[in-house]
Amino acid sequence: MTVTTPPVPVRTTRKLPKWAPVAVLAVSLLLALGIQFLGDGPTIAGVFFIGAILFAILMTVTSRVVEGERWAKDRLATTLVTFAFIIALIPLVSLLWIVVGDGLTRFSWDFLTTDMTGIFGQMVEGGAFHAIIGTVYVTGIASIIAIPLGIFTAIYLVEYGRGPLSRGITVLVDVMTGIPSIVAGLFAFTLFLVIFGPAYKAAVIGGVALAVLMTPVVVRSVEEMLRLVPNELREASYALGVPKWLTIVKVVLRTAIAGITTGVMIAIARVIGETAPLLLTVGIATGVNWDAFDGRIATLPVFVYRQYAQGGASADRAWAGALTLILIVMLLNLIARLVSRYFSPKGVR
Amino acid sequence: MSKRIDVNDLNVYYGDFLAVEGIDMVIEARSVTALIGPSGCGKSTFLRTLNRMHEVIPKAYVTGKAVMDGQDLYGPGVDPVEVRRQVGMVFQRPNPFPTMSIADNVLAGVRLNNRRISKSDAADLVERSLTGANLWNEVKDRLNLPGSSLSGGQQQRLCIARAIAVEPQVLLMDEPCSALDPISTLAIEELISELKNDYTIVIVTHNMQQAARVSDRTGFFNIAGTGKPGHLIEMDDTTTMFSTPSEKSTEDYISGRFG
Repeated sequence: MTVTTPPVPVRTTRKLPKWAPVAVLAVSLLLALGIQFLGDGPTIAGVFFIGAILFAILMTVTSRVVEGERWAKDRLATTLVTFAFIIALIPLVSLLWIVVGDGLTRFSWDFLTTDMTGIFGQMVEGGAFHAIIGTVYVTGIASIIAIPLGIFTAIYLVEYGRGPLSRGITVLVDVMTGIPSIVAGLFAFTLFLVIFGPAYKAAVIGGVALAVLMTPVVVRSVEEMLRLVPNELREASYALGVPKWLTIVKVVLRTAIAGITTGVMIAIARVIGETAPLLLTVGIATGVNWDAFDGRIATLPVFVYRQYAQGGASADRAWAGALTLILIVMLLNLIARLVSRYFSPKGVR
Repeated sequence: MSKRIDVNDLNVYYGDFLAVEGIDMVIEARSVTALIGPSGCGKSTFLRTLNRMHEVIPKAYVTGKAVMDGQDLYGPGVDPVEVRRQVGMVFQRPNPFPTMSIADNVLAGVRLNNRRISKSDAADLVERSLTGANLWNEVKDRLNLPGSSLSGGQQQRLCIARAIAVEPQVLLMDEPCSALDPISTLAIEELISELKNDYTIVIVTHNMQQAARVSDRTGFFNIAGTGKPGHLIEMDDTTTMFSTPSEKSTEDYISGRFG
């Protein structure tokens, strides 16, 4: 019997130095620049695009020659994944860049605290206070309806639901997730038209429209979170003689509260920027409407839409309004993160 | 503070499937009863019927009688929640509540039931239960840390402390040591022999030596084949079971010559 010694696990090929990718990137970009001079002259986008392709090729080839096939594949995969990430980031960053850049022209404390009463033509004063109040009202009403409804539905689906009823609800929730927002607007509009007559306009109609959009999102995310709670915890609670409803309130919801908060915040962020149903149901106003149950009310998305449509000095207000909306969503996200950090299970190793 | 359970012709179903058939068994008070047998023979299923945890599973039900202190656990008007307060349970894998501290885990039976308890009573209960579970000395300085920060063996003893804090009559243990190392196992076995002075204990185990070490009586479960219901083959004093069992299959299983 021949004895074969297994190969010593030591690298037999050379390794590229740490700075190699940077060097190859520089060479690729310079090459790309040179190639462009042969044509119509260089553009920034062109340099980066051709440079990226050159980098992927050069890096892989260099690595193949110096390091060997397996390492070359690794380099190629790393390069492609990194590029995918950067490409995904471009629209995000540029969106933020433009909104912040254009929004800051008009964004100020005054913008946040004044409304549009008596503002016309090319006047640069005026602000979005009324629209902020309106957005808070409409989204608040939607949340008051949708969050409890969604959470209770999810609890039913996870803890109680069996058989056809539960399956039916799941299908309906899935269908509702795909409802176009304008349909939700039409639904709420018609609903109130039938009950209160054609003259009635109020924030509550917009709230109902947004609640229709928000509920399925809440149900879905809360359902996922409740299913993540290990069954062992429920059994541990039952074994201590705790009734089912107390187990749900004090163990299941308590364990999942961090995820539920995040899910609810995502649902709010989903509807806070809705424009179409609000355009249809609550319209626009120039001043603050403190009554959620009577009269038109301005909201940030509709405000942005209207101001931008007017052009000129108003377009700046539209950007500032968009910036305000993004800031509100960010603020909500921040609160959600704090809440979930405070409530999440601690000490899990 | 312990009761005996008389099981009479008990059948356990999952929907249409008969999982365990015709169990007749006496579980003596203040003793340790061990249930042994191959996997899937219905030991755990049977154990879970003793505190009505079985019916937590959809479509699962039980026929027959399990009489504790003259009261049939499956009689009309019996509240499963009340049964579980008297028959506590420790599970295979340690499952402390991750959102609660060590002390709160022990008090879970009180707190989760919305019962009010004074601070000094709570502190007493925590110390008494943790001492009872042989854990007090290890955790007394860090009662406010999360329960999940403990080691596996400590977590399992925390779960035992949590179970005895509600002062049950009977304590069911479903393979309590199968996820633990030998030292933690020893700690829990010692604990079991202390606990039997106060509680009726039923323990399911795959570890034959463990059954021989801790139990007073042993029941052997077996199954004729896949899809067939599990049966209680024989039950006797542990010493008899491990020296001169009356059934051939019991002897084969215990001596490792199974199948």
